[in-house]
Amino acid sequence: MKAELSEQILLKGLAENDSKIIEIIYKNNFASIQSFILNNNGSYDDARDIFQESMIALYEKAQTDSFVLTCKINTYIYSICRRLWLKRLQQIGKYSNQLDNLEETISVEDDLDIHYKRDADFKIMEHALSSLGEPCRSLLEGFYIKKMDMQQLSELFGYTNSDNAKTQKYKCLMRLKKLFFAQYNIGE
Amino acid sequence: MDDILLLQTIERYIHNKMDAEERAFFEQHRKNVPEVDQLVVEHTMFLNQIEDFSANKNLKRTLNEVHSKLLSESVINEGVVSSSNAKVIFFWNKYKKVTAIAAVVGGAIAFMISGLVAYFAPQNQQYLSQLGAKVELQERKITALNNEIKTSKIPENVVIKSGGSAFLIDGNGYLVTNAHVVEDATFAVISNNDGKEFKAKVAFKDINRDLAILKIEDEDYSPIKNLPYSFRKNNLDLGEEVYTLGYPNFPRNEVVYNIGYLSGETGYNGDSLSCQIQMNANHGNSGGPVLNKNGEVIGVLSTKQLKADGVTFAIKSKNIYKVVDEIKKKDQDVRIKINNTNSLKGDNRVHQIKNVKDYVYMVKAYTK
Repeated sequence: MKAELSEQILLKGLAENDSKIIEIIYKNNFASIQSFILNNNGSYDDARDIFQESMIALYEKAQTDSFVLTCKINTYIYSICRRLWLKRLQQIGKYSNQLDNLEETISVEDDLDIHYKRDADFKIMEHALSSLGEPCRSLLEGFYIKKMDMQQLSELFGYTNSDNAKTQKYKCLMRLKKLFFAQYNIGE
Repeated sequence: MDDILLLQTIERYIHNKMDAEERAFFEQHRKNVPEVDQLVVEHTMFLNQIEDFSANKNLKRTLNEVHSKLLSESVINEGVVSSSNAKVIFFWNKYKKVTAIAAVVGGAIAFMISGLVAYFAPQNQQYLSQLGAKVELQERKITALNNEIKTSKIPENVVIKSGGSAFLIDGNGYLVTNAHVVEDATFAVISNNDGKEFKAKVAFKDINRDLAILKIEDEDYSPIKNLPYSFRKNNLDLGEEVYTLGYPNFPRNEVVYNIGYLSGETGYNGDSLSCQIQMNANHGNSGGPVLNKNGEVIGVLSTKQLKADGVTFAIKSKNIYKVVDEIKKKDQDVRIKINNTNSLKGDNRVHQIKNVKDYVYMVKAYTK
């Protein structure tokens, strides 16, 4: 009971991007994933990438309202990493059937499909943002990612007042939206 | 302008910032005008996309920070000594005797060879050119320079000995550069792309590793909490794409970007302190950072081969750690903490450069 409770707390912390909690999950899981990747033709960088991607997938799952984790966090992370790594090996043509499987796994295909879709959306957004040019890109990033308020932003960019900055932000947002949907709808 | 007003209204509607009356009015308007209805749906979806995107970016940042933190605390490791200890001990026990015999034989041969090599070897310096700016400036009095840069912090009546590039390793004002960039100078003025100048002194020099540490001693300098790049401690990947920022147009204050790839794990004639990079570097690039695609510093650019095109060498970044350890050994009071957080991973190149360039400085070294 107690273990279940603390797993819930960990997932809640992860969903809130709480660095202390993320550190705990990292400590508990990274080493085993790293040795799994290293033992299966991977490098240290691969281990880091795959592990972080599994954390992102878990984060995405933890965010949904209907979220229930039917297994332990470490089983989930291991299952995701195993799937991700299999896919990566297939992509580079190094696929081997004898991928170590020492731990139990659960089926994560559905979750990963959602994850890949979201990842594709993020790539479109990233691309739209980078083709936006400056200062639009930095202005929108400041507002939406760094969560700065209009006052701070207008000072940073040298607008005479925050209303002007706000108008500029909307103009940029409309351009971003156009760029985003142009790509997004092709993808559909 | 009308579009903006409409968008603002829609955002207020989505974020529930309308009072009841306005809300009712707007909902009626939605029903009557399908275009507005469509716009509300579209914008809601778009804002969710941005929200998710930002959350993802911020999560990635946290993950990288946690990763670097745990690495620096040795809670996790990436193939540096500690993980292979067990293996080393195992092999040592197994091959103890063989090793002892090999050591004796090897030792004797090594002495012979090193004697021969010392006797016959050509001087490396003939084939390598240090990338430090050996400018004609040497003879030029500083008064001439003062005309160029009116607010220069270089004191009057000193001679600029040499120069190159340098970059911060600790936001509290420590930079690394090549020892040959500062030569035998004791002071330097550093300036970045914006032309901001700071006074610095040469805190330490390691001629064997060709590295020097500069310390900013200037009240105008305000410490930086987190540098964007981290430093790679473990081995390098051949073929990895790398880039550098530096001041090849010395003494012109313009930071220049350059790319290449890691072409050899060792430097000139197998020198294991450095590595080989395929890149067209110029004098003045010396002391600049060499970064990989993740924004990790893998080395300090130092020399190029004279008779081959584009063959450049960089001192591996783990040597920076060694030099800093030496300083600490010499002077217990020095507190240098090499930055280990990285906020560049996953960013595109243009963005990375924008974040890095403020921390790469041009060095003008002089003696009082």
